[in-house]
Amino acid sequence: MSLDKPYTDVPGTTIFDADMSRMGYHLNQFCMSLMKAENRARFKANERAYLDEWPMSEEQKQAVLDRDLNRCIALGGNIYFLAKIGATDGKSFQQMAGSMTGMTEDQYREMMIKGGRSPEGNRYTGEKK
Amino acid sequence: MAKISASVFTSHVPAIGAALDLGKTGEDYWKPVFAGYDFAKQWEKEQKPDVVFLVFNDHATAFSLDMIPTFAIGTAAEYQPADEGWGPRPVPKVIGHPKLAAHIAQSVIQDDFDLTIVNKMDVDHGLTVPLSLIFGQVDAWPCPVIPFAVNVVQYPVPSGRRCFMLGKAIRKAIESYDEPLNVQIWGTGGMSHQLQGPRAGLINREWDNAFLDKLINDPDGLSKVPHIDYVREAGSEGIELVMWLIARGAMSDVNETKKGNAPTVRHRFYHVPASNTAVGHLILENN
Repeated sequence: MSLDKPYTDVPGTTIFDADMSRMGYHLNQFCMSLMKAENRARFKANERAYLDEWPMSEEQKQAVLDRDLNRCIALGGNIYFLAKIGATDGKSFQQMAGSMTGMTEDQYREMMIKGGRSPEGNRYTGEKK
Repeated sequence: MAKISASVFTSHVPAIGAALDLGKTGEDYWKPVFAGYDFAKQWEKEQKPDVVFLVFNDHATAFSLDMIPTFAIGTAAEYQPADEGWGPRPVPKVIGHPKLAAHIAQSVIQDDFDLTIVNKMDVDHGLTVPLSLIFGQVDAWPCPVIPFAVNVVQYPVPSGRRCFMLGKAIRKAIESYDEPLNVQIWGTGGMSHQLQGPRAGLINREWDNAFLDKLINDPDGLSKVPHIDYVREAGSEGIELVMWLIARGAMSDVNETKKGNAPTVRHRFYHVPASNTAVGHLILENN
């Protein structure tokens, strides 16, 4: 029997559930390793070599190298773990979140100051805006 | 006997901690956020709690994907502020209350809530930002804190109903403790926010304020709201709000034994934005 997942029709949103967590285990644990200063230094010195120490898929490694957070999430990454890559790069949480929306940093910041993204038209996939 | 005198609810946005630590509180962007906590700081000086039971979530800091406890109670003597990748926040270490925490663990587990017991844990912004907001920038936190971590990172997270019922069990545990302690229970996280994907930046002012109304007046009804409503209406990370129901469930008006009257709303505050997030804050006193 398939499990109840009522959250697959929320647009632009991936819910990090047990299945995603299973897929993303090594990707997320790689991110976790960046909480140590010496690992951050080793990663920065040679990203590819550092990633090759982890049993991640090639797609996951490429998504990290590209800093494509949407792709990382599709491959099982979770934002709280991926944030460690952002911290290593010196990025704020707002810069990271904004990078996934297709907006520029200034546009995203401006949207937040004006009250954020409206839920109108953003509740269901295919909903009319 | 120990008594829960009040519950405090607040968001725990990391950027608020950074603004405090980097001296940005006077900037136009941050002024209205911190103004919302002036009352709490004054009120807390008069309340002088002996212990704070602090419900929060770890953000992939103490708990990686190696272990994902749904409910974890800290029974340690002390906790260090964690390095979340930007270096640890320059705030005092957190002193625990192992004796009361162990008492609560024993009582709550016997009440069918299977807690994980944690004797070693660094605490991240989820715990230290609320302490800074309510106690201010101090050299030492004014009282011991019992950290209570809830998994809201990996789905399924505990339901609002489960959290509300757990709050009741925590109240029973605290109020059966023999020392006459003044205990506060804090619920943290939220309000609406989404940090991931093309929908990042979602804020729902109307839903957030309805949540605050129901938290005050109809917490039992609110506890029955399913996860999907939080996700759709308040963003994927808005789900943190289930933690507020733990603190609300520990108030006397919703419990059968030593039942009290509806709590007094001492303070209510709402502001958008702090970084990606809507900030909500509420103080309820038991009657």
